[in-house]
Amino acid sequence: MHPAPSVIFFTVFSGVGFGLLTFLGLGYPGVTGFTAFAFFFIAYLAAVGGLISSTFHLGHPERALKAFTQWRSSWLSREGWCAVIALLTMALYGAGLVFFDQRWELLGLIGAAFSVLTVFTTSMIYTQLKTIPRWNSPLTPVMFLSYSLAAGALLSGQEPWAIILLLIASATQISLWMQGDGAFARSGTTLATATGLGPRGDVRAFEPPHTGTNYLLKEFAFTVGRKHSQKVRIISIVLMAGIPILFLLPPFSHFLAALAVASHVAGALASRWLFFAEAEHVVGLYYGKR
Amino acid sequence: MNQPKLDLSPKVSDEVRKTTCYMCACRCGINVHLKSGKVAYIEGNRDHPVNKGVLCAKGSAGIMQVNAPSRLKAPLKRVGPRGSGAFEEISWDEALQIAADWLEPIRKDNPEKLAFFTGRDQSQSFTSLWAQSFGTPNYAAHGGFCSVNMAAAGIYTMGGAFWEFGQPDWDHTKLFMLFGVAEDHDSNPIKMGIGKIKARGARVVGVNPIRTGYNAVADDWVGITPGTDGLFILSLVHCLMKAGKIDLNYLAQFTNAPCLVNGDEKSSDFGLLLRDDDGKELVIDRATGKLAPFDQKGVKPDLAATHRHAGISHRTVMQHMAERYLTDEYAPETVAEKVGISAKRIRTLAGEIARVAFDEAFELDQEWTDFRGETHKTMQGRPVSFHAMRGISAHANGFQTCRALHVLQIILGSVEVPGGFRFKPPYPKPATAHPKPHCKVTPDSPLDGPHLGFTHGPDDLALKEDGTPARIDKAFSWENPMSSHGLMHMVISNAYAGDPYKIDTLFMYMANMSWNSSMNTGGVMKMLTDKTEDGEYVIPRIIYSDAYSSEMVAYADLILPDTTYLERHDCISLLDRPICEADAAADAIRWPVIEPDRDVRGFQSVLCELGAKLGLPAFTNDDGSQKYADYADYIVNHERKPGIGPLAGWRMGEKGLTNGRGGVNEGQLDSYIKNGGFFVEHIPEGANYYKPWNVDYQDWAVGMGLFDSPQPYLFSLYVEPMRRFQLAAEGHGDRQPPDHLRDRIKHAMDPLPMWYDPAPDNKSEEYPITALTQRPMAMYHSWGSQNAWLRQLHGHNPLYLPTKLMRENDLVDGDWARVTSPHGEITVPVLEMAALNENTVWTWNAIGKRKGAWALDENAPEATKGFLLNHLIHELLPPKGDGLRWANSDPITGQAAWFDLKVRIEKADPQSESQPSLPPIESPVGNDPGDLVWKVGK
Amino acid sequence: MTTLPTSTQKKLGLVIDLDTCVGCHACVISCKGWNTENYGAALSDTDAYGANPSGTFLNRVHSYEVQPAQGEAQLIHFPKSCLHCEDAPCVTVCPTGASYKRVEDGIVLVNESDCIGCGLCAWACPYGAREMDAVEKVMKKCTLCVDRIYNENLPEEDREPACVRTCPSGARHFGDFADPDSNVSKLSAERGGMNLMPEQGTKPVNKYLPPRPKDTLAVPEGDIDILAPYLEPVAQEAKGFLGWLDKTLEKI
Ligand SMILES: Nc1nc2c(c(=O)[nH]1)N[C@H]1C(S)=C(S)[C@@H](COP(=O)(O)OP(=O)(O)OC[C@H]3O[C@@H](n4cnc5c(=O)[nH]c(N)nc54)[C@H](O)[C@@H]3O)O[C@H]1N2
Ligand SMILES: Nc1nc2c(c(=O)[nH]1)N[C@H]1C(S)=C(S)[C@@H](COP(=O)(O)OP(=O)(O)OC[C@H]3O[C@@H](n4cnc5c(=O)[nH]c(N)nc54)[C@H](O)[C@@H]3O)O[C@H]1N2
Ligand code: SF4
Ligand code: SF4
Ligand code: SF4
Ligand code: SF4
Ligand code: SF4
Ligand SMILES: [Mo]
Repeated sequence: MHPAPSVIFFTVFSGVGFGLLTFLGLGYPGVTGFTAFAFFFIAYLAAVGGLISSTFHLGHPERALKAFTQWRSSWLSREGWCAVIALLTMALYGAGLVFFDQRWELLGLIGAAFSVLTVFTTSMIYTQLKTIPRWNSPLTPVMFLSYSLAAGALLSGQEPWAIILLLIASATQISLWMQGDGAFARSGTTLATATGLGPRGDVRAFEPPHTGTNYLLKEFAFTVGRKHSQKVRIISIVLMAGIPILFLLPPFSHFLAALAVASHVAGALASRWLFFAEAEHVVGLYYGKR
Repeated sequence: MNQPKLDLSPKVSDEVRKTTCYMCACRCGINVHLKSGKVAYIEGNRDHPVNKGVLCAKGSAGIMQVNAPSRLKAPLKRVGPRGSGAFEEISWDEALQIAADWLEPIRKDNPEKLAFFTGRDQSQSFTSLWAQSFGTPNYAAHGGFCSVNMAAAGIYTMGGAFWEFGQPDWDHTKLFMLFGVAEDHDSNPIKMGIGKIKARGARVVGVNPIRTGYNAVADDWVGITPGTDGLFILSLVHCLMKAGKIDLNYLAQFTNAPCLVNGDEKSSDFGLLLRDDDGKELVIDRATGKLAPFDQKGVKPDLAATHRHAGISHRTVMQHMAERYLTDEYAPETVAEKVGISAKRIRTLAGEIARVAFDEAFELDQEWTDFRGETHKTMQGRPVSFHAMRGISAHANGFQTCRALHVLQIILGSVEVPGGFRFKPPYPKPATAHPKPHCKVTPDSPLDGPHLGFTHGPDDLALKEDGTPARIDKAFSWENPMSSHGLMHMVISNAYAGDPYKIDTLFMYMANMSWNSSMNTGGVMKMLTDKTEDGEYVIPRIIYSDAYSSEMVAYADLILPDTTYLERHDCISLLDRPICEADAAADAIRWPVIEPDRDVRGFQSVLCELGAKLGLPAFTNDDGSQKYADYADYIVNHERKPGIGPLAGWRMGEKGLTNGRGGVNEGQLDSYIKNGGFFVEHIPEGANYYKPWNVDYQDWAVGMGLFDSPQPYLFSLYVEPMRRFQLAAEGHGDRQPPDHLRDRIKHAMDPLPMWYDPAPDNKSEEYPITALTQRPMAMYHSWGSQNAWLRQLHGHNPLYLPTKLMRENDLVDGDWARVTSPHGEITVPVLEMAALNENTVWTWNAIGKRKGAWALDENAPEATKGFLLNHLIHELLPPKGDGLRWANSDPITGQAAWFDLKVRIEKADPQSESQPSLPPIESPVGNDPGDLVWKVGK
Repeated sequence: MTTLPTSTQKKLGLVIDLDTCVGCHACVISCKGWNTENYGAALSDTDAYGANPSGTFLNRVHSYEVQPAQGEAQLIHFPKSCLHCEDAPCVTVCPTGASYKRVEDGIVLVNESDCIGCGLCAWACPYGAREMDAVEKVMKKCTLCVDRIYNENLPEEDREPACVRTCPSGARHFGDFADPDSNVSKLSAERGGMNLMPEQGTKPVNKYLPPRPKDTLAVPEGDIDILAPYLEPVAQEAKGFLGWLDKTLEKI
């Protein structure tokens, strides 16, 4: 898949933002007033920034409101609803903390739940796609959630949780990679089933339908990433979890924590880039590409 | 569910105008939908005899053709050096004046100094009339480099050819065998036919080194070694004759198989057919055992007869055939290795042909009467049909190969019979009913007759008094005595060499001669731009008419910009290449369904004006005024002979409108337009098979004006005119070939088909691989690339290599290879193809473009990755060491041997561009990159 | 609506005959022409005369080589447009309801004025049947020529998809698969119409007819040749042949 920067940015930052909101909703850290404002500011910056970035990917962002209509069937629509609910509840909840020094616990729990749900719905947009076997796995939501919560823990200063969640995120990520590597083959979709010609012999793509490129090839037949995938995998795990954990081990320092966050986000961006770049859409088969 | 409400019946267009497609010689009927006067959508015309509603990709993309940014906008005068592409726009008055100033003195002094050659012209009867009236012998269209082998072999053998002049009996055939066809001129009908017979479960066999397109859907694919079809076909003939699986009745009645061949070695008629005093071929009548003219009422021609007279045996053609084809020379076992098909497979194919022709034979319950007056109760069907095109034609042995195929058809009795191959009017028509070539030049006067035609012996050659060729292309000379279509591919090189003479002005129309239509492309560019010592161009003046900014435009001095096909009148006439079907005569027109938005004029209309300006008799009234205001005026008012005009429909008879013969009708074009742009007249039931011998057909054809009197004839298994040339080479007669050509003429002009291998002349020892081109179905030669839709389908062309050659050369898809022929070298990207003869490589034809042409960006893939094989092909064969340079052409017809190209392949370093990469030419129309959002009706 | 109808009254779709498709691209271009001028936004072409032309097409013709275990490689031309799936994943993923499957005939359409151009439906389609228009930025797909098949401004016989009307070899057939007696149902039943990627669970309506067996005249060396009797010699050389000729002619 073509790794569109807007979508990479969106999934990573909304994950970070909603992860932080989750922790804030659960009352970690238990801050109020200006400190709370700072935390909420960061969370909203990431979550809303991510969401806004996702609209860059749209052909017609001015019609984005229409995306709320199909919550009964569409994960993208559900994501929209969850995000709005999460952001609104958390806004109220945050207002309580910032302006009234009040912690409306139930509101926080609801906000946290919808934040988690938002990340889950985001992940389901990808998970549901049978056409991309690498994503079509229960581990995909676990990966998205563990990343989001780890970032939340990291940003909310929940060091032990952060370390545990970073380890979980790494483990999920590595399993997802390993599982993903064989997923296309396991999906059973091949050029033989794609053309129905399998029973006649070995099928090979001959001339493409046109010598130029097209939307499908640009969007789905991205092959640049795969050569470097092992390297990127290592870099991303090191950045996403390794370095942050290392920085969390010594006594807390704002500077180290900031570095840990920065490293984590960089790692998450790298792994998300790979998430797209490595993903192979079955349509590539028709073009003799994957 | 709240689905949006859709308008399910939107208005399709304001108006539909019906005319004829132009993107290939198939000439389908089209419905042009207009919105606010602009072309909105083009679809096939369901009522049209050719395409019955279907339309190919090119036809549907016509809208992008008439709106292409590459369209020329106004007449152009060259201002930079030739080949640079630097022009200035001038007025039509100035353009016509320049042309007249150049041509007038030529006509006065020596009309042969004008060479007027047209490309795939659909108005040849008109352009040839112009050239004839001008008085130059140097006129032809593209047939010589295209498929004259096919056309000439068909006409000499059976009075009609495949090409678009005949078709399988799609309704009845059960085995259809296709030789060397990728697309053809009859493209939509062939596709419709294949679809139709496959739906019926008939078998399609494709004989082709490459398995794409028709050959891909063929039930059986025969991946033959290029250039060996003749041998393969004669091996089938061997098997069938040996098994007696031939139609004796048919052979005896309708062919020259029973005709007697003069066996007197000492006679100057040795090898000619015995004739009576009326010139009629003689046969032995089985009833009487006596000699009789072939067409005598009640005669039963004896195929096996020998006529002994004065101690000499004269044997039938059939005997000569038996003697030749039954030998082991043609046994499957002998030919298998050469043709690349196992002996067993050859036998199986022959067996299947025999089975279908004879076991699945059927009869149509239709009475008919033959030319001998004998009435047949039924029509005997032979449901085996064949079709072939350039794959067998564009070789130096193509004429004989095409002949071999016709002989195969004829011995099966499958021509003009139900289930077999059928002619489309005005065919069948024996070679003798065609004109002979004319070449007598008289200053300031027309030529003595039509330029092109059919020679029947040395007397018909186009030679000057001194025996040198009369024509610049050396057509109808001893080098290629039966070159019925001329040799367009030799014009530029002969004019450059001044051999046989120098010319002054080269006038060309729609032929991209500096690029994809020439052999030796680089050489041709040099010939067009080379100067003599005194600084003049070796070919002094070049006038060219094109509609688009093609590669050739840059090499002309004066450009006469043509309209596009939707902006002009055209005439698809029974006088040249009409749109007939086996069951009907039909012709068609084009008419301006839109007006040009540029300062361009229909070329034929320009010729009407120029002709008058030059005072050409055919284009001038007695008072010296212009005879035809424009082409439309010509189409309506011109008469070839009284009652016969360019169009056969809606002529003026004594009692009102009539078809076929009739006087001029001023409203004729309106009638055509009302009828959808075409005219059809069906052949009556019972007259529609056995046409060459069927009196009902012959009478109908005379009524339609196709001939002046019935022309029944015998199919020529044995082509006598060829023997006349052999006789000359053997020393008979006063017109004698030059000595260096004697042996070749003796060998090549064999009156019974034979096969010879063109490969050694092309140094196949050193260059063992054959390199071929195929036409993509969605592109027409070079013009497709300017079409925004079509160029996305074929924007560049890889060289396809068989798996074996990929492995041998350590190549993978996307690698580059250097391809070397005895003449040149190109470096191009390669792709693997498994369904390909293992010693053959190929690419799509004419995709590669010169930078700067066709209003494309200079970095267009057509120019950077696309390439032409033409750089590797030379109009002459590699030197043989005899001090002579022989033409890379068929020695009989002069047909360019495109497909004899032999190459060597080796892996090359990756390139940024295909090689050779030539510098860009300046675009006379600018470039128009950018996005296209085309919607006429909003 | 994004949810799929539980059932549709008709199941309109195409049968594509891989045995006769010659790969001419006629259907590709007539589709482009019709749909540029009709339903929704024009199908644009970017850099149309430039170095990297790329346009929107709703129907494209691929080609594949098949190497059987025995015998020559085969080439199959393979047109592909939307298959109007019964369980169309492209519809259910759409967040706006722009993608929908029509209740009356099962045609899967995009309501362009509702489309936000998120591309998700194209991600969900296994067949590459949807293309986002680069200029209009809305999702384009085969409409099954919904604006032709019921169009009262067209003569009755023209109320079929543009690609079907134009296909020279008759490889494309249009009809109602819900009706077992329709031409398409019968063709599909007779010739073993196949689903593409059945494992994706999309239940395509369009069916592909597999190529008929090929090269059946290429009997492997050594096998009994059933055609051999047709070539039983009547003579070995010219002399014998003439004798046979004489005898046979006597009989006619
Ligand atoms: N779409 C489209 N249609 C066209 C044209 C076009 O440019 N585009 N051009 C028109 C013109 S001018 C012409 S002349 C006709 C030509 O029509 P075709 O004769 O169909 O044209 P080619 O594409 O040259 O195809 C030649 C075929 O012969 C095969 N071949 C080559 N050598 C041999 C051989 O030795 N033996 C056998 N058996 N096969 C061989 C090649 O593989 C190829 O398939 O098409 C006309 N129609
Ligand atoms: N390697 C290789 N070379 C080949 C062949 C091959 O098989 N292999 N085939 C050969 C054969 S058979 C042929 S016929 C030739 C074809 O070769 P050409 O006849 O040269 O082919 P085109 O590219 O069609 O060029 C015709 C010119 O006509 C112009 N034109 C188009 N429409 C109009 C119009 O309406 N009016 C005017 N005045 N001009 C117009 C085009 O712009 C173009 O410049 O190629 C030959 N060259
Ligand atoms: S076959 Fe195609 S290009 Fe040729 S005339 Fe017909 S529609 Fe036009
Ligand atoms: S083919 Fe693709 S676009 Fe068409 S209905 Fe099926 S999933 Fe949707
Ligand atoms: S691109 Fe348009 S049709 Fe497709 S899912 Fe998005 S909104 Fe729906
Ligand atoms: S049905 Fe209509 S929209 Fe669909 S592929 Fe055919 S022509 Fe195109
Ligand atoms: S128009 Fe018909 S034959 Fe041509 S590519 Fe399309 S389906 Fe195949
Ligand atoms: Mo040609």
